[in-house]
Amino acid sequence: MSRTDRRRHARWACIGTALVVLASAPASAQVNLSGVWNNLGIMHEDQPDRLAGPELGDYAGLPVNDAVRLRADSWDASLITLPEYQCRVHPSDYVPSFGGIRIWEERDSASQQLIAIHTHHFAWGTERTIWMDGRPRPPDYALHTAMGFSTGKWEGDTLTVTTTHLKEGWTRRNGLARSDRATVTEHFVRHGDIMTLVTIVNDPAYYTEPIIRSRDYEYEIAGDIGPYPCEPVEEVIRAKGEVPHHLPGTNPFLEEYSKAHGVPPEAARGGAETMYPEYRKKLRAVKP
Amino acid sequence: VTRAAFNAIFAAVALLAVAAPVRFAGAQQPQNFDAVEIKILPAQGHVYMLVGSGGNITVQTGADGVLLVDTQYAPLSNKILAAIRTLSTGPIRYIVNTHVHPDHVGGNENIRKAGATIAGGNVAGDIQDAAQGAQIIAHDNVLKRMSARNAQPPIPSAAWPTSTFIGDDKKLFFNNEGIHIIHQPAAHTDGDSIVFFRRSDVISTGDIFTTTNYPVIDLAAGGTINGIIDGLNRIIDLIIPVYGQEGGTLVIPGHGRLCNLGDVINYREMATIIRDRVQDLVNKGMTLDQVKVARPTRDYDPLYGSTTGFWTTDRFVEAVYKTLSPKK
Repeated sequence: MSRTDRRRHARWACIGTALVVLASAPASAQVNLSGVWNNLGIMHEDQPDRLAGPELGDYAGLPVNDAVRLRADSWDASLITLPEYQCRVHPSDYVPSFGGIRIWEERDSASQQLIAIHTHHFAWGTERTIWMDGRPRPPDYALHTAMGFSTGKWEGDTLTVTTTHLKEGWTRRNGLARSDRATVTEHFVRHGDIMTLVTIVNDPAYYTEPIIRSRDYEYEIAGDIGPYPCEPVEEVIRAKGEVPHHLPGTNPFLEEYSKAHGVPPEAARGGAETMYPEYRKKLRAVKP
Repeated sequence: VTRAAFNAIFAAVALLAVAAPVRFAGAQQPQNFDAVEIKILPAQGHVYMLVGSGGNITVQTGADGVLLVDTQYAPLSNKILAAIRTLSTGPIRYIVNTHVHPDHVGGNENIRKAGATIAGGNVAGDIQDAAQGAQIIAHDNVLKRMSARNAQPPIPSAAWPTSTFIGDDKKLFFNNEGIHIIHQPAAHTDGDSIVFFRRSDVISTGDIFTTTNYPVIDLAAGGTINGIIDGLNRIIDLIIPVYGQEGGTLVIPGHGRLCNLGDVINYREMATIIRDRVQDLVNKGMTLDQVKVARPTRDYDPLYGSTTGFWTTDRFVEAVYKTLSPKK
C-alpha cells in the first residue's frame, strides 16, 4: 500500500469512527438555550400583565366561559393582602411575563446525555425542571405544583415542553383563574440572540378554546438575575377566616375598564368570539 | 381517586344507606374490589399515602411499628396489609379513625386483628388479651355512632375504637415523632379528627378536605359548613410552607391527590365564598329552591360539581342552606 493509499485509508477510518461516534451519541439539544434571557426591552408584549397588572373587568380577548367569568367578577384584590396569599408564586404558564429567565442544562457526567433543562425566573425566584430523559409522568394522585411536571423533546430546533400536574393559577391577575385541570404546551424557539416562547394553555374547566401567548426575550451576555425574597406580614386586621370577595352582582369596579377605554361592555366580558378579527365587524354595530 | 370514582362509590353507598337512621354510617361497600389496586405514594419523612378505593390511608412507619390513619373497605384489607408490608415488617400498633364513615373505617376489624397493642407491666399478667389487635383511636363521637343501637347495618364491636378522647385533642409519641390528633367539631361529621405528624411534617385531614368534590356535610351525623371552614382554617394554621404556598408541610386529603398549602387555601376560598353567598340568600329570605335556582356554586362547578352520584351539587347546596338557616 502506498503512502497515499494509507493516508486515504486513515482518513476514511477517521470519518467512519466519527460517524459511529455521532450515530451512537445520545440525543441532545439541537440548540443550546443556556444563559440569561431578558425581556426588559420588550415590555410592550402583554404589557398590562408584565407591569401594572390588567384592569378589573377586562376579560377581552380570552375564551372565558361563564364559570370563570363569575370567579373573576367575584374577585376582590384585597384577597392578596391575606398573609397566605402574599408570596403566592406565579404559575409556570404565567411567570415568563415577568423579567428574566436563566436557563441551564443538566447532563450526565459520563455519557453527556441531556437529563433536564432547568429555568429560574426572576419573579418570585421560581425554578422548574423540564425532564428530557423520557421519564414517565407521576400518577394523578401525586402533588400538583405551581410549576407542574414538565417533559421536553426537540422538534427540529424547537424545544417543545408539555406540562401537567399544575396547581390552580391564573391567566390574568384580575381574578381570571386557570384551573388545576389545565395542560400546557410550550415551544422555545431561538433565533440567534432572540428567543420566542409560545405558551398554549388548554383548560377545559374554564376556557372554551386554547389560550395562546408568545413572549420574546433577548440574550444577555453578562446577564444576572437577582433574588426575590418575600415574607408575609399582617397587612389588614380582619376576622379570622375572612376571604375578601364580592357577592354576585355587587362588584362596583367591573365597568371601569369598559368606560375608561371606550370598550363596549360586551367585548370587555370576553369569550372566544372576542379573540378573532371578525369580532371587529360586530363591534362596529355596537355603541360603546 | 377521581371525582367520577368518588361519585360512583358514594352513589352505591347512598343506595344502601338511604333507609338507614344514620345515613352514611354502616353502609356496605358498593363495588367489586377485585380490580382495586392499592398504590403507595411516599409523602415525606416516615409517612406514606395509600390510594385504593374509599378514603386515602395514611401510613407512618418506624422502629416502633406501624400507625395507620383510616382503613378503607373491609374487602381490601388483605391488599392493604400487603402494601403495608412492603413499607414495614413491624407490628401494626395504632389505627386512627378520622371519622365514622364506612369508606374510612370499613377495614378496622381486619387490620386491627393483624396488629398488636403495646401492653405489658401490670396489664399483661391480668388481662391476657390486652395486646391482641392494634389499638383504634378516634374521637368519642365515632364510638358513639358506631355502637349506636340503630346503626344500620350494625357494626361489629371488633371494629369499634378501643381508645377514644373527648377533649380537643390527643397526643402520641410514636416512631420518634409527635403525633397530634386534633378534634374538629361539627365539620364533615361531629367526630372528625385531623392527624398531624410533626416531625415528618404531614397532615392527614380526613374528609374535612378533599380535592375531588364539594365538601361532604353529613347533617345527620352533626356536620356543618362552618365546621368544615373552621377545619380548613385550622389546617392552614398548622402548615408552614417553604416559600409562597408550597413546600414544607404536606397534606393527605380524605379523597384525592397529595396536597400542600396552596391546595387547601384554594379549597377554603371556595367553601368560604359559597358559604357567604348562600348566607346572603338565606338572609334575604330565599327558600331552598330559590337558592338552588340562583346557582351560588356555578363558578366552582367545573371543578367540584356533579349532577349524578351521591354528592351532587344540589345536595351540597341543600346541606349548606340547612346549616345556615335559622333553626325553627
